[in-house]
Amino acid sequence: MQDREFGIETLCLHAGQLPDPTTGSRATPIYQTAAYVFDSADHAASLFNLQTFGNVYSRLMNPTNAVFEQRMAALENGRAAVAVSSGMAAQMVAILTILEAGDEIVSSNTLYGGTHTQFAFNFRKLGIKAQFVDADDPDNFQKAITPQTKCLFAETIGNPANNIVDIEAVSDIAKANDIPFIVDNTFATPYLCRPFDHGADITVHSATKFICGHGTSIGGVLVESGKFPWDNGKFPTMMDPSEGYHGIRFYETFGDFGYTMKARCEILRTFGPALSPFNSFLFLQGVETLPVRMDRHCSNAMAVAQFLEDHNYVEWVNYPGLESNRYHALAKRYLPKGASGILSFGIRGGNEACVKFIESVKFLSHVVNLGDAKTLVVHPASTTHRQLDEEAQIAAGVQPNMIRISVGLETIEDILWDLDQALAISQK
Amino acid sequence: MLTEDIQSLRRILSKNKTIAVVGLSARWYRPSYFAAKYLQEYGYRVIPVNPNYDEILGEKCYASVEDVPEPIDVVDVFQRSDAVLPIAESAVAVNAKVLWMQLGIYNEQATRLAFEAGMDIVANRCMKIEHARLFGGLNFIGVNTNIISSQRPRWIV
Repeated sequence: MQDREFGIETLCLHAGQLPDPTTGSRATPIYQTAAYVFDSADHAASLFNLQTFGNVYSRLMNPTNAVFEQRMAALENGRAAVAVSSGMAAQMVAILTILEAGDEIVSSNTLYGGTHTQFAFNFRKLGIKAQFVDADDPDNFQKAITPQTKCLFAETIGNPANNIVDIEAVSDIAKANDIPFIVDNTFATPYLCRPFDHGADITVHSATKFICGHGTSIGGVLVESGKFPWDNGKFPTMMDPSEGYHGIRFYETFGDFGYTMKARCEILRTFGPALSPFNSFLFLQGVETLPVRMDRHCSNAMAVAQFLEDHNYVEWVNYPGLESNRYHALAKRYLPKGASGILSFGIRGGNEACVKFIESVKFLSHVVNLGDAKTLVVHPASTTHRQLDEEAQIAAGVQPNMIRISVGLETIEDILWDLDQALAISQK
Repeated sequence: MLTEDIQSLRRILSKNKTIAVVGLSARWYRPSYFAAKYLQEYGYRVIPVNPNYDEILGEKCYASVEDVPEPIDVVDVFQRSDAVLPIAESAVAVNAKVLWMQLGIYNEQATRLAFEAGMDIVANRCMKIEHARLFGGLNFIGVNTNIISSQRPRWIV
């Protein structure tokens, strides 16, 4: 009898969780514990040696986090996942598992600002060099690859540029160079796009955003496809006895989840960005409704984009769901269910008009987060990028008159009403 | 010919308790040792088959499958794919019920031979990982088990 392949809505509710074996609890219990008892000294030894699977210490694994991890692995159509304390930690762990001093990353240049800083500044301090390329032409990745390059990196939908990367084209380049392609899938979520189905090898997420969906918790997760051939000669630390963990050979011992075992046992264990099980509980609660929320985020964002496109006080709108958008063809290919809930637009009157707009919204929230059930707006030039002068802002993809909006789940007419009245005040 | 589905793998792991582990290493950090130690802990009788050792994991070690003086349910193979055929012949000769080729191992001729002898055949899977996937344990470390169920599991790891 062939196993059934369940749909993504079913996986959002069930993957990774069986009713609790001890209590029968239908909801995932919050296992708020630091440590777990060993049955005997021999049992402890087997656990530490990874000869048997079980819980040791919540910095390494936790039963509530494990449900979240398995659910994300299933949603991404992947093999295994590791949950960590933030999206930044997820990409740090993903990269440090396979890169070391002397290695290089080739990354899209359209990245969340924090990611750019992590790669360009903090990884440089560790001896890891990042090359940033314009991802609109995937060949730019190939041109930047050197013998030291150990991974490619891009965001499914760039933040805040809202550009879409041709995942298949970049995956092909990664494969031709025997290196993995790591995709930050935060904006799309696995409901809108599964990068592994297009050839990517590892995904990372800020779970804080749409996965959580309610703006309550910081967390992240990395997922491996299980298909990357780590024995291709380029990744000796996946093959050789681990100096960081009891001489284990991760790929030989754990096969298609060897990468996440290495991430967990070498990097999460010693760098320590463990996720709170309470946050995992809230992420699981969020993931249950991810498909219905994403459908509404997408349709509301589309309505907002169309409204703004026709608005007299709006100079430009950047949303890949719009037919007029330069990334519309890629959006249709990679995001057929919708282009997610984030868009940016430019207000007539520049910086001054934007400040008036931001200060005049009635229930849209002025915050730097995104992916909340509530609609969020931010003016990057006066907040996240205010240290830069205008020229530097433009170089970073931030127009002085740019507003980024993460469209929430309020009544769409109310969202449009609030935008309209704040736009009117912006011109006074 | 290969067993892939959850129900059949559960049946194979539930009904067959005596496992001849061919190519079992005595070195604690080797994958074969990991798997055999795990299987012992979960109640399986592990019989080491390796001409290089006298005893592994407290069990007498035999040079070949045919040398084992008791009935064998599963012949579990930790050898290169191109070395599996003679082991499959031995498995058929001793009336084993299952030919299990470990992670990364598959031999088409061996599979056909075992299939014609009426054996269950599993390939490119680790017996330890599959046991942990289907009876609990693997779910602790974020691996996608592909199990969807509203039944309260009766196993407690």
